[in-house]
Amino acid sequence: MTTVTASRQAGSALWRNVWRNVALPLLAILAALLVGALMLAFSGFDVAAAYGALWSGIFGNARNIGEALLRATPLILVGAGIAIAFRCGIWNIGAEGQFYMGAAAGAFIGLQAGSFSPWLAIPTALLAGALCGGLWAAIAGWLKVRLGLNEVVTTIMLNYIAIGIVGYLVTGPMQEANRYNPQTDEIAATMVLPRLLPGMRVHAGFLLALLLPALASILLFRTPWGFALRAVGFNPVAAQHAGIRVNVQYVLAISLSGALAGVAGTVEVLGVIGRLYENISPGYGFTGIAVSLLAANHPIGAIFSGLLFGALTTGAELMQLTAQIPSSMTFILQGLIIAFLVSFRALQGRVWRRG
Amino acid sequence: MTEQAPRLRLEGISKQFGVVQANDAITLDVQPGEIMCLLGENGAGKSTLMNILYGLVRPDAGEIFLDGSVATIRSPHQAIELGIGMVHQHFMLVPTLTVAENVILATRPLFSLRKLGEAVIRDRGRIERQVEEVAQRYGLRIDAAARVSALSVGEQQRVEIVKALYRGVNLLILDEPTAVLTPQETSELFKTLKQFTAAGLSIILITHKLHEVMAISDRVTVLRDGKVVGRRVTRQTDTHELAELMVGRDVRLTVEKRAAQPGAPALVVEDLTVHGIHGRRLLDHLSLQVAAGEILGVAGVDGNGQRELALAITGILQPDGGAITVEDKALAGATPRQIADAGVRHIPEDRQQMGLILDFSVADNFVLKQFDRLPFTRRGLLQPSAILAYAQRLIGAFDVRTPSPALPVANLSGGNQQKVVLGREIDSNPRVLVAAQPTRGLDVGATEYVHKALLAQRDAGAAILLISTELEEVLALSDRIVVIFEGRVVGEVTGNRANTQKIGLMMAGAHIQEDNNR
Amino acid sequence: MEWLIGLQALLQATVRMAAPLTFTAVGETYGERAGVINIGLEGLMLIGAVTAYAVAFASGNVWLGVLAAGVAAAIFGVLFGVVTITLGANQIVAGAALNLIGLGLSSFIYRAFFGSVTDRAIQPLATVEIPLLNQIPVVGPVLFEQNLLVYAALLLTPLAALVLNRTMLGLALRSVGEHPKATATAGLSVIGLRYAAVAFGGMMAGIGGAYLSVAYANQFVENMVAGRGFIALAIVVFGRWSPLGALWASLLFGFTFALQLRLQAQNIPIAYQFLQILPYVATIVAMILLRGQSAQPKALGVPYTERT
Repeated sequence: MTTVTASRQAGSALWRNVWRNVALPLLAILAALLVGALMLAFSGFDVAAAYGALWSGIFGNARNIGEALLRATPLILVGAGIAIAFRCGIWNIGAEGQFYMGAAAGAFIGLQAGSFSPWLAIPTALLAGALCGGLWAAIAGWLKVRLGLNEVVTTIMLNYIAIGIVGYLVTGPMQEANRYNPQTDEIAATMVLPRLLPGMRVHAGFLLALLLPALASILLFRTPWGFALRAVGFNPVAAQHAGIRVNVQYVLAISLSGALAGVAGTVEVLGVIGRLYENISPGYGFTGIAVSLLAANHPIGAIFSGLLFGALTTGAELMQLTAQIPSSMTFILQGLIIAFLVSFRALQGRVWRRG
Repeated sequence: MTEQAPRLRLEGISKQFGVVQANDAITLDVQPGEIMCLLGENGAGKSTLMNILYGLVRPDAGEIFLDGSVATIRSPHQAIELGIGMVHQHFMLVPTLTVAENVILATRPLFSLRKLGEAVIRDRGRIERQVEEVAQRYGLRIDAAARVSALSVGEQQRVEIVKALYRGVNLLILDEPTAVLTPQETSELFKTLKQFTAAGLSIILITHKLHEVMAISDRVTVLRDGKVVGRRVTRQTDTHELAELMVGRDVRLTVEKRAAQPGAPALVVEDLTVHGIHGRRLLDHLSLQVAAGEILGVAGVDGNGQRELALAITGILQPDGGAITVEDKALAGATPRQIADAGVRHIPEDRQQMGLILDFSVADNFVLKQFDRLPFTRRGLLQPSAILAYAQRLIGAFDVRTPSPALPVANLSGGNQQKVVLGREIDSNPRVLVAAQPTRGLDVGATEYVHKALLAQRDAGAAILLISTELEEVLALSDRIVVIFEGRVVGEVTGNRANTQKIGLMMAGAHIQEDNNR
Repeated sequence: MEWLIGLQALLQATVRMAAPLTFTAVGETYGERAGVINIGLEGLMLIGAVTAYAVAFASGNVWLGVLAAGVAAAIFGVLFGVVTITLGANQIVAGAALNLIGLGLSSFIYRAFFGSVTDRAIQPLATVEIPLLNQIPVVGPVLFEQNLLVYAALLLTPLAALVLNRTMLGLALRSVGEHPKATATAGLSVIGLRYAAVAFGGMMAGIGGAYLSVAYANQFVENMVAGRGFIALAIVVFGRWSPLGALWASLLFGFTFALQLRLQAQNIPIAYQFLQILPYVATIVAMILLRGQSAQPKALGVPYTERT
């Protein structure tokens, strides 16, 4: 990060940065795990076995690591997108719906474009996914700047509408040929994203999950557009006085955010699922919020927190398999992590008051 | 001979915030039936002291005595119980509620099974009459059924006072009450206060205005840097001595200013109209002109259209009618960027809300209006070294005290923050400068700096529109003065102190046109 | 006259579907009037739903379940308060966390304790007919042949409006959401008032969720709240932050839910998803139509710090 914006006092600046962005998240994770453990114990589960399974699920063997990377891919992309929106001060709670729209676009092209060269077709699919996700988000952005509608409520409503649209597609126009299940046919074999390593399911989409956040980071911190976006996020009034077009920034930020979520959806379809059906997202839109917050709304940080949550998901599945603990445990842990993190950060803010 | 205990005695009150000693062993007393002025400039510690007295802040050391006995004041609730009332500078009124609702707030139990009858507001009308009666008893007239948002500033202040009276106050604290009043409203307020003291009430008046101290108080306590530096009986002192005590050195009460050499009109505002909600006219066919090389002061009570005037000229607000011309270029409808590029710069009335991005670094704030241009952006990427170099130059040129340009501007003091805004706006030698409340919240040193900078710009040929509610400032700096009232210019005079009374009348709405001998 | 009976059934269903929304929205109205926005209503309702179900199942007493739901959700409301009021953390983010926790916890509890239970149904809440009043044509059966929780919702609303507008407590709540500093200098506790408001809001959301599991579905299904918690947020806006307004808006949404089910049942040839998204589309449409009439409390969402 090479811009001139740094943190508080010259001397302790680095220390505070480390504390805020590394130590506090770690503490939050530990606290969440602790509360989780108490909960499991109270419910009569074997905590040691449970967390043991969690650990193996993540680090147990190479295959599990691959699974973690696989799960992390959509989370990183969605989280990085949400980070952009949050940095502009616009609350994109609609990543779930944007994901679905991107997935639908990806599936559509995946089904149609089998005869074309994958070098052409796959980028087209990704672009389509970004476009659909971005436009879906732009609706909420437009409603905010033109009509003053609270984006928290509108993006949430759009989530459900998007899910409904996908439901319609997979039971109607895009349904599989034999019209049996509510899903599409499998996408063309040439459209499937290649696997990265033998024996693991992690696919080329993961590379996008490393690349796009890096690009987003450059955009945010090294370009004038990112400067304007961050200015609006901190103080829209002063930004307006400075000649920045605040409303345009809001719409662009949420659209870019939606585009990334859309790409996440496309990538999931092309890389893992291979088709479109209902419920392809186990709440990526909301976990993405956790990912972004844990990363202090920094796209590159989202890579790390996305990896963490991906690992958590894999671990939780193993936990369910071996220790019979419902996998909804992940949601509890995610929620606890956010809750502890914002609490710790708020506490820190009160202790280290503005000089 | 027994001495009656003072109404209030503060002994050794100290309070530290971080590294700042806001109050340092302050001792003072107030007698029953007297008006004590607490004088000091911004940051002297007056507000902290009163917040301690009112229970909003806990002192580190010291004791409070009320009528001779020790008092522990840990919350506003306790202060109110002890008969202390406070009229804040920024009104503590809920705009969407009625006057009566604001007055009775928290005067009866919220939740009590025994006193359920009291907790329920059964008869609105009766309560409103009660409130009006209390006000009348002290010589004030209010409409208890009115919604506070519909009241004028002077009326709102009366409601604030009635709030305290309703609760049975015997020590009333007023924090800079005249900041929002016309000279005429101020004398009415003072008359009211004298009535209160005749009835035995004690009053503490916090102010930084010397002439007010002389006009109303019986005694005055001067604070500087958190300490008491002087106690005087008002009759036995004068503004000069008080000013010296307040500032700590020999103070020139007037700014040195060369005669103006105005050139061609640089800013012409014609028939400017801005509509507000409910069809209210915030600006009502307002016209004025500022020539190059002159300072036009806009005097007026806050809320008469000053804000809209500044925002319309700088492009934030789109006017509903009228024209704004800068050096023969029509500007109404242009974007803030275009207007700034045309040489019209703005020192906003609220530097923290409008002028700066507090979380951004000092350097980033310097380039806030040109970050997407060369040399600060090249081929689509920001150039941190160019930004830093520019910042270093401005820091030197405008004497901004900061350990590093990379620190958040929030770390800077108010005066230095204003210098950042100043540097950014005048470095380009603007043709027109709109300065709105440029010294609000600044200490004397920073104020002097800003005034000198404005005069320097004027002498360099800029047309300066000075909008300020501080009449002293307008009188000291302006070559010509117009008064704004309810969105219109109601009169124009030359910048002569002799015109103060005329200006005061115009601020309250009377139309007077001085015959210009130009 | 068949269509009249059909209409009656539709309206009856409307009131039934509105009840959980009303509880939640009235609770959130209090919270937002006091200045705290809680987008974690979905999570709170889920907690209420699972708690009511579990306790009703275990004890055989539905009302005990409802009570437990209210208490459990109120506790989470207070925890939410700790994070947002005492610590001053961002309310939107804390609400998102609450949703995740509520979702996970409710599913967890259900699967962990009821995963292996075979007979999961509980005794449905009986309909109580009010004699005489239910004879009024059309309106009678709609309003007076409902279960006790519905009656509670219909009675609670005017009571809530009364307390808010005509008591000292209500005055204090209204003032703390508009101008907390003024409320503090008048001698009241901003923190205390806000905690009371979020605890009440939590409790109401819990009861709203309880309705879904014990009076509507008679069982718990994971994620059964299906977005109602978020709709309640929109209801508070349409109702212009008034309890009675919330009731009317809830009825409107209840209507869209009831209509959707009715059309589905009658095999109207519209893809059922379009009916399913009807409430959500209706929310956006209503927000567009009612925009610009902001009675939003001035201090909503702004953490209160005692800066001197």
